[in-house]
Amino acid sequence: MPSPKRKTIPRRDAGGRATHDVGGLEFGPIDRQEHDLALWEKRTDAMLILLVGPKKGAFTIDAHRRVIEDYGQQTYDRITYYEKWIRAIRNLIVEQGIVSREEIDQRLAEVRERFAKTGRQASKERISW
Amino acid sequence: MVARQGKLQATAQSGSRFAPGEAVRVAERPALGHCRTPWYLRGKTGVVASVQGIFRNPERLAYHQPGLPKRVLYKVRFEQAAIWDDYRGHAGDHLEADIYEHWLEPGKAR
Amino acid sequence: MIHHDHDDHDHDQHDHDHKHAHAPPHKDHDTGPVGAYELLEEAVRSLLIEKGVLTAQEIAAQVDLMDSRSPALGAKVVAKAWVDADFKKRLLADTRSALAEVGIDIGTLADYRTVENVPGTHNVVVCTLCSCYPKLLLGIPPAWYKSLAYRSRVVVDPRGVLEEFGVELPEGTEVRVHDSTADLRYLVLPMRPKATRGWSEADLATLVTRDCMIGTAVPVVAKGKRRAA
Repeated sequence: MPSPKRKTIPRRDAGGRATHDVGGLEFGPIDRQEHDLALWEKRTDAMLILLVGPKKGAFTIDAHRRVIEDYGQQTYDRITYYEKWIRAIRNLIVEQGIVSREEIDQRLAEVRERFAKTGRQASKERISW
Repeated sequence: MVARQGKLQATAQSGSRFAPGEAVRVAERPALGHCRTPWYLRGKTGVVASVQGIFRNPERLAYHQPGLPKRVLYKVRFEQAAIWDDYRGHAGDHLEADIYEHWLEPGKAR
Repeated sequence: MIHHDHDDHDHDQHDHDHKHAHAPPHKDHDTGPVGAYELLEEAVRSLLIEKGVLTAQEIAAQVDLMDSRSPALGAKVVAKAWVDADFKKRLLADTRSALAEVGIDIGTLADYRTVENVPGTHNVVVCTLCSCYPKLLLGIPPAWYKSLAYRSRVVVDPRGVLEEFGVELPEGTEVRVHDSTADLRYLVLPMRPKATRGWSEADLATLVTRDCMIGTAVPVVAKGKRRAA
């Protein structure tokens, strides 16, 4: 597979530094409230460790960071930690040819339908590629 | 599929350009794509605190490349007052970061 | 020799959506609408299992492994270093091996380093570029450690951050910030409080909180107590 494109998305009004490169900037008070992780977040963590581990080697942890760094500021500053992670896993398993976009979209539709059958509302938000 | 290989410790600093105690300056150049040299340290001068070993290059690993040639990694210690123009802490405060050799140049001792 | 995790883990086949009696609780989300990213996780996981890339058992086992890692592990290591000077030397010289000695396998992703608080030097750890953290020792990092606010501020105003966290340092103490920019994770070895002469390792460990090992706290012996409860 060809190498993905190398790019830097600078943070707005920050002198040219990349979006994620935040040392020394100002972001307001540190919120110290603690949260338990949801099961899906724990599974995301688990999948990442397995996928980058020596047994699977699906992609590198560096690639995972790079994909997150390429989200662009609006997404990067808005979505939560594990939202960043699962989105990056999605992007990378496609980038590596393990699954296709179509398979992901198809499976998402099936998952939504399954939730609908249980009576639980499922978000209609589309996570952009 | 690219798998990360094991890492080797640099022994007796053979193959490392800088030694502990040496002044080093972080290069001030743009980086396209993944890079582990923080913006706030670019162009700053510090001192090698230790040689951390030799590692595959994350800037290449991030793009599914093998990450070669491996790069020596240094723990570099900076005076905070040398990093930030308006540092509000104490004169004796320091910051350390792990920086790859290809981002370091000889620095003038402060 | 480092073994990767526990491939032969004999794990229950039951549905992991039910809470384990022995595991930390998952956030209860069974009533609200399912978020887009949670749906995505379900889709990704099921596809990876279908394609034979991962198995449900492997994922469950890894979840359990991370659940088993917590600051209590790090606290035990710190307490041991406090009572055993040779162990402390080994911990500082080669953290991976010292942890392996006490049965803690930190895996293959990154190596660990220990930085020691001594009179005159207080260490604090951050990863400004993402949120690297010694997870396989301390468990999942707190949300604040991963926040833009902490990542951006602790490098430029560590004393302000320490003040917010309630850390008081003696006059003349250097504050030393470690930015985890490469494949090395940092553990802070806090100073043993003076009023702990003769304490057991177990009691000492109760003084060592997660934040003590990040550097945003110091161990404190509560007034009026000779031993922890």
